[in-house]
Amino acid sequence: MPEQKQVTLTIDGTKITVKEGTTILEAAKQAGIDIPTLCFLKEINEMGDCRMCIVEVEGRKGFATSCIQKVEEGMVVKTNTPEVLEARRTLLDLIISNHSKDCLICTRSGNCELQALAIKFHIQDIEYPGERTKHVIDDKSPAIVRDFEKCILCRRCVGACKNVQKIGAIDCVGRGFESCVSTAWDSSLNDVDCTFCGQCIEACPTGALKEKDSTKDVWKALKNPDKVVIAQTAPAVRAALGEEFGMPIGTNVTGKMITALKKLGFYKVFDTNTGADLTIMEEANEFIERFSKNEHLPMITSCSPGWVRFAEKNYPELLDHLSTCKSPHQMFGAIVKSYYAQKYEIDPNKIYMVSVMPCIAKKYECSRPEMEVDSLRDVDAVITTRELARMLKQANIIFEELEDGTFDSPMGEATGAGAIFGTTGGVMEAAIRTVADTLEGKSLKQIDYEAVRGGKGIKRATVSIQGKEIKIVVASGLANARTIMEEIKQGKADYQFVEIMACPGGCVMGGGQPIKSSKIRREVDVRKLRADCLYSIDEKSTIRKSNESPVMQELYREYLGRPGSKMAHKLLHTSYQKQEKYKI
Amino acid sequence: MEENCKNCMEQKLKKEMEEILQVYQPEKDNLIQILNEVQEKYGYIPKLAQMQIADYLKIPLAEVYGVITFYSRFTLQPKGKYNISVCLGTACFVKGSQAILDRLKSKLQIEEGQTTPDGKFSIDSTRCVGACGLAPVFTVNNEVYGRATVKTLDEVIEKYKNREE
Amino acid sequence: MKTMQEIEEIRNRKRKELELRVNTNVGTREKHILVCHGTGCTSSKSEQILANFKKIIQEKNIENVRVIKTGCFGLCAKGPIVIIRPEDTFYAMVTPEDCEEIIQTHIVENKIVERLLCKDIEGTVVKKLDELNFYKKQKRIALKNCGVINPEDIDEYIAFDGYKALEQVLLQNNPDEVIQTIADSGLRGRGGAGFPTGKKWLFTKQAEGKQKYVVCNADEGDPGAFMDRSILEGDPHSVLEAMAIAGFSIGANKGYIYVRAEYPIAVQRLRIAIQQAEKYGLLGEHILGTNFTFTIEIRLGAGAFVCGEETALLESIEGRRGQPRVKPPYPANCGLWGCPTLINNVETFANITRILLKGAKWYASIGTEGSKGTKVFALGGNVNNIGLVEVPMGTTLREIVFDIGGGIPNNRKFKAAQTGGPSGGCIPEQYLDTPIDYENLSKIGSMMGSGGLIVMDDTKCMVNIAKFYLDFTVSESCGKCTPCRIGTKRMLEILERICEGNAIEDDLEKLEKLAHTIQKTAICGLGQTAPNPVLSTMKYFRKEYEEHVKQYTCKASECKALAKIQINPEKCKGCGMCKRVCPAEAISGEPGKTHHIDQDKCIKCRSCIQKCPFKAIGDAG
Repeated sequence: MPEQKQVTLTIDGTKITVKEGTTILEAAKQAGIDIPTLCFLKEINEMGDCRMCIVEVEGRKGFATSCIQKVEEGMVVKTNTPEVLEARRTLLDLIISNHSKDCLICTRSGNCELQALAIKFHIQDIEYPGERTKHVIDDKSPAIVRDFEKCILCRRCVGACKNVQKIGAIDCVGRGFESCVSTAWDSSLNDVDCTFCGQCIEACPTGALKEKDSTKDVWKALKNPDKVVIAQTAPAVRAALGEEFGMPIGTNVTGKMITALKKLGFYKVFDTNTGADLTIMEEANEFIERFSKNEHLPMITSCSPGWVRFAEKNYPELLDHLSTCKSPHQMFGAIVKSYYAQKYEIDPNKIYMVSVMPCIAKKYECSRPEMEVDSLRDVDAVITTRELARMLKQANIIFEELEDGTFDSPMGEATGAGAIFGTTGGVMEAAIRTVADTLEGKSLKQIDYEAVRGGKGIKRATVSIQGKEIKIVVASGLANARTIMEEIKQGKADYQFVEIMACPGGCVMGGGQPIKSSKIRREVDVRKLRADCLYSIDEKSTIRKSNESPVMQELYREYLGRPGSKMAHKLLHTSYQKQEKYKI
Repeated sequence: MEENCKNCMEQKLKKEMEEILQVYQPEKDNLIQILNEVQEKYGYIPKLAQMQIADYLKIPLAEVYGVITFYSRFTLQPKGKYNISVCLGTACFVKGSQAILDRLKSKLQIEEGQTTPDGKFSIDSTRCVGACGLAPVFTVNNEVYGRATVKTLDEVIEKYKNREE
Repeated sequence: MKTMQEIEEIRNRKRKELELRVNTNVGTREKHILVCHGTGCTSSKSEQILANFKKIIQEKNIENVRVIKTGCFGLCAKGPIVIIRPEDTFYAMVTPEDCEEIIQTHIVENKIVERLLCKDIEGTVVKKLDELNFYKKQKRIALKNCGVINPEDIDEYIAFDGYKALEQVLLQNNPDEVIQTIADSGLRGRGGAGFPTGKKWLFTKQAEGKQKYVVCNADEGDPGAFMDRSILEGDPHSVLEAMAIAGFSIGANKGYIYVRAEYPIAVQRLRIAIQQAEKYGLLGEHILGTNFTFTIEIRLGAGAFVCGEETALLESIEGRRGQPRVKPPYPANCGLWGCPTLINNVETFANITRILLKGAKWYASIGTEGSKGTKVFALGGNVNNIGLVEVPMGTTLREIVFDIGGGIPNNRKFKAAQTGGPSGGCIPEQYLDTPIDYENLSKIGSMMGSGGLIVMDDTKCMVNIAKFYLDFTVSESCGKCTPCRIGTKRMLEILERICEGNAIEDDLEKLEKLAHTIQKTAICGLGQTAPNPVLSTMKYFRKEYEEHVKQYTCKASECKALAKIQINPEKCKGCGMCKRVCPAEAISGEPGKTHHIDQDKCIKCRSCIQKCPFKAIGDAG
């Protein structure tokens, strides 16, 4: 490989040598200089629109755009001259002049990149006040609320939706001062091709995009003496919740999270990982059946509701390929309200099931009409990692100092296989562990499938079980999902089993996870840190296969019979149907 | 009955759109060309046509909408039978075209970009139709009226008002 | 497909046939009636005139007369224009009804139709085109063929050395030399910024990339500018030929012309021209039997001024919203679909073949030190001879406005000239004698721009003019970058406050500061230059701004809110109630006689209007 050329330049008087092709912003960082940005989001939105990152380059007429313009040999850059600072202040003033100023009642107060800049520049009054663009709040969908009075047109959300996910439910519309980010014909997100993956929320620097808040419902249930309020927590939540309390990214806070939930007044705290184990039992069985009959292959996982909505809207003709398994938390909700309620003699009508999820599409999923059994909703409320953190803060819980708790029995002991559900490749790895054991008829020792781990968008591998080759594919992010679906559609798919997660990187990077600033996302691989946390939980688990879980064995023995049984179908499986892409 | 009729209209539009589209390669850079043709044909870009275009070019509908709302030539509402367009290019502005636009708005009781309730007139302004020698200028559909005054405007409006269907 | 030899044969044959178009002394009995078919004349029924001529000639069975549609003659104010060659008789403001008389009197009886002759400003009747003052100081290079040839007939273009430059370039097969010639000629981009054309070609040639493109920017959006349109309408092949030459020189085989859909005639003529050129093998594969391939596609704009900015134009060709890209990288390295792309505007291309045929030295001998050749201006506004003029660089504004333009109508006074459209500035009287070129215009706070030149007389309020341009920029801003999207809007709001009498002195300072920030921070040329009309008027007409802000007056009475409060002498009974109520002691008058308001003292409190029992006081105008 040819050695990469080096470029030497001067930034604020400091000489520095960096690789050719480095941006001025990145070079400045290497020189220890922090340049403010707003519209920049690494690999998602690199447009240079907001102009906050402008710097002076000797010999150039206007300012340079440091976030995207590359270094040149001998370049002399100044990042903090009075002219640069004054221009940045004026730009900031202009942005704020067209922005809501009700920071006190904004969900992003304290975690807003615009607010942070306003504080930094000590903006005390608006020098250029004037007309503000008017928008109607869109809160029709069960998952996302858009308040574009807070939009600063950075278009990071568009980058996430259109360029990363290749959905393009939102785009820039209109022109000039009136331009804004909107949907086709300014419809609600509910009525267009939005999948509720929530990547736009993660990308938004302000409060223009947020999840639909469900904490009020949960507080109300907790207050109601007639309700038995039970929580279940998804695998990815424990790898990220700590971030909201200042802990390093990827800290495993399982124990503290359980204690905290108990302190909030939840009657029981269960582990969705157990639901994941159940999903594996059913899904592995379903796969083996389809594989042996060579029917509806490749089979595709169905745990990601954003992905399911995507499939229903874009590939209605291929819905047969989806596993009929409900997602883990829905399965788990159904089991709690049937098996568990029966066993512990609780009136299932009194149970209020709260799922704590890294996902906002789950809010939509739990509201789908088919997600109920005998008129009992599987899950009553979904709150995100962020919402849980907010509840804990409101309750004065000093999270960092909590003692570790453990999940409640009998539904609390999950396997390592359940834990890795929260990252791309995890569902596939967990499923293959059980499929292999089942087909081979013995407990295999080699259970780490490295080929499906890591952050790559599409991972392909072949596993050999009982002399048979099973080709598997793991895709995360909807752009990659589309690639796979096109392969299937065109008859080019030579694989049998596919895992798809809507969010790039899987649930650890879900739309309900703590929002990381552009700066952090530039400097740290958030996905890897959170995923590593889950793999380490798996590694440390004594039981790492769903089929070897005593909880599963008991559940099937006492209640469900065997995987794929009539009872299992009633409680744990669902169906899909074509959805119009646009309801307009 | 009405439902049926709506269906027929949609079918007709769909077929016509297919005819328009088949001339073009399904490549994104044809979007503006196609929109120009549809605008020309229908006087606006119907929603169904937008969906068909998005589908054909494999681009998101929101992007199609974004492009339509960016270019002032494209409209989402049908224009009036007679679209009166006042030139606000500098040459015309300096010669008083703003007064003509103001008069037009008050006379027809509509704003720029709007159509009269009877669908007969719509108003917009344009930047230079290129007839600067005739400034100030307004056009009715493709007919150019040069060296215009408020009085000639009034006469022209009357003329079209009285024109038989 | 034609060979070089066949083209040469057409050239020689046609040239003889068309000699009467350019030579008044040619001995022929044949006559050509040229009818202008530029947009201006077409708007006043020149198509009907053409049809009438043809009909009458046919009916009367007259021989040796041909009727030809041509591009713009330039003097649009006198349109529709008809010229009869070889004698070069110039008929102005012809109507379809005049055709009969022209045929009978001029063609049949060989007498001039006196009543249709054009009068110069001084009142002298002018028979010939060349005698008009309007044409005397002009030098036509880019417009050479406009008004001479039929733009829809490729043979006529070939007759006047058309496609000869392309032939030479292909025969010599030395792209570097072509680029050197363009560089030596000193030609600079006519689209606005004035970047040296030779350099641009060189950069694109040197850029790495297998696929390269040539793009012609015909998205002429300046309100009140129509130079490019006239060239496309009058001489489309000159642009096609130049694009092919550019393609050969930089190594591109594909060209795009991005033209406004609002120019239907230009688009139509371009389509015809491309078709004809393809038929002759002057475009397409193996041009003139060589290995050079070059095709041209037309792309229509859809009404966005910003698409005249080169990177926005590229975005638009690619099928997106016309939002400019951050530069660098420049299109020469990273243009259409990421490939090296040469973008020149119409007028720039129109100069290319002339330079190659007559030499760099010849071209460089015209113009000033830093700006060579000629520039086409669309002269408009408060000037007598509205139209299209082409003058050598270095011609003064006074020559253009007064000698060529015939001065200001209605004996009004010259106040300012605006060049460069929304990106330019207003030039006051004191600079009337500045030789116009890129450097000088920029020195006095304006810019060459694409060539709009709007003259304003003393009835114009300069604050209102600045507001007009800014209003244009605000509604044409793409909305991509903060300074242009919000900044220009805020500037406009301040200007509106000024024009409505709601501004305070601080606002002027704020306006200037914001203008400078936008200039330095906007992504593209549209945003960076948007403040120019404001800054230049603030510089030269600061007093007017201050009058608006401090005295709440608009002396030109264009800002309605600031129109003067006056007493109507016919209604005033001299009761004195206004005088008593006035807090500023601005009203004077003897009891029983008409009272009078001293405008310098009046503070616009409007108390007098309310107090007057006879409704005698109100806003003037």
